[in-house]
Amino acid sequence: MLYSEKVMDHFTNPRNVGTLDNADGIGEVGNAKCGDIMKIFLKIDKENGVDTITDVKFSTFGCGSAIASSSMATEMIKGKPLSQALELTNKAVVEALDGLPAHKLHCSVLAEEAVKAAIKDYYDKNGIEYDHAKLESKHDCEHCGE
Amino acid sequence: METIYVDNAATTKMSKTAINAMLPYLDECYGNPSSLHTVGQLAQEALVRAREEVAKALGAEPREIFFTSGGSEADNQALLTGAERGALKGKKHIISQKTEHHAILHSLRRLEKQGYEIELLDVDEFGNVTAEQVKNAIRDDTALVTIMAANNEIGTLMPIKEIADVCHEKGVLFHTDAVQAAGHIPLNVHEIGCDMLSLSAHKFHGPKGVGALYVSKKLFPSTLIEGGAQERGRRAGTENIAGISSMAAALTESVANISENTRKLTAMRDRLIEGLSEIPHSVLNGDRNNRLPGNVNMCFEGIEGESILLLLDAKGICASSGSACTSGSLDPSHVLLAIGRPHEVAHGSLRLTLSEENTPEQMEFIIKSVKEVVEYLRGMSPVWQDLQEGKKKYVIQ
Repeated sequence: MLYSEKVMDHFTNPRNVGTLDNADGIGEVGNAKCGDIMKIFLKIDKENGVDTITDVKFSTFGCGSAIASSSMATEMIKGKPLSQALELTNKAVVEALDGLPAHKLHCSVLAEEAVKAAIKDYYDKNGIEYDHAKLESKHDCEHCGE
Repeated sequence: METIYVDNAATTKMSKTAINAMLPYLDECYGNPSSLHTVGQLAQEALVRAREEVAKALGAEPREIFFTSGGSEADNQALLTGAERGALKGKKHIISQKTEHHAILHSLRRLEKQGYEIELLDVDEFGNVTAEQVKNAIRDDTALVTIMAANNEIGTLMPIKEIADVCHEKGVLFHTDAVQAAGHIPLNVHEIGCDMLSLSAHKFHGPKGVGALYVSKKLFPSTLIEGGAQERGRRAGTENIAGISSMAAALTESVANISENTRKLTAMRDRLIEGLSEIPHSVLNGDRNNRLPGNVNMCFEGIEGESILLLLDAKGICASSGSACTSGSLDPSHVLLAIGRPHEVAHGSLRLTLSEENTPEQMEFIIKSVKEVVEYLRGMSPVWQDLQEGKKKYVIQ
């Protein structure tokens, strides 16, 4: 089979699908021309004085691995402090999915970037200082130049 | 769960006739047709019979049939034949069109690197080229025109007889890739007037790894594979007797059933198109009527094809798509782009290709399942949400 059981599970029963009406941070990455767009919505509240992701939703246009990567990434950051969510890597998403085919690895990169874009949106909206280098886009698409 | 196989343009299930025709040559009749002894000569007789059968199915003479390893090899050999023959007369211009199979397009790219000038004609929104376009493109130095009989993705039937006529008026060779057409629509090389024609056994319920190239007796094909004297020295390698015998049986059977199968497939195809067109913002790819009897190809806006395929597979439905994710490249189908679909719409394509083993009940299940899958995926698509909220404009009305 093309995909692991984990990928198929997260594709056919995706977690956290949907949108949040009053999201504190929204991140959208990808390009319909290339066939993948990921949008992540974050609800952020102070828990014990720490900014924490209390709810997260996603909507994704893309292939099976794009949907599974979005689902897994949202599971991995749900309930976590922002500082921890910022450490999410595409590699961790791939490992949690028991691997992705080589030509699908970019889907996991999109998931990492969507999370970071949503956090950046939250920081920008609230005038919070952050390390810009850490939230710079790594996504390098030769195809669409984004 | 019932498996509903609707990917017959990718490959077909072998017929019982084809399997039975193959078995003796895997077992007791194992000889090499080049051997002089009795065991070898029995294989030689099978080869002669198969060549006669394939020739008869195409209205050709046995000496005009060259067996190959499949459609791709036949296409490669045909283009090499046209190119080399042209070069002898100083003609190095070759005409084709944009929706050809990669066996043609990539061979042409190689010829281009070798100094040939390749001209790919545009197709219209239904995937058609006209004889007029070909006529206008032919020059004094045109060596070959190659236009497929039927498109593998969108099923469009090309006017190959008219194209053959304009080629002959101008004394230009004409080849047609009939891999999707053979065994599915009537093909007679004399009625068409083609100089070369390629076919592949596994597209008409024969085995994989075997095909044939028809080459008019007025020509002599160039050699792609050098070695022994098989196929009159034009294609070396001990003949795949089991595959060749099986292909001959499968082709004879398919050709005998063309009218009955066409009637059956066309009715199911039309029902599928009708049912799937009820999905909002969907569009049929290819010509509504001038298409292969078993081909349906649709685009659904706001979603991606691989996701559709995986969810349909979970329901037992085996189909295909022209999305980039299914092609293993970054671009969606070159055919869908050639008929003018934008990238984002081409990603959301679904191809369903029927065989006579499918049933009308299966068509109803497919329609129901595709509707569910499209609705589900649109429900989680940010693109669809933007379209619904008017932030983006629909491409497909």
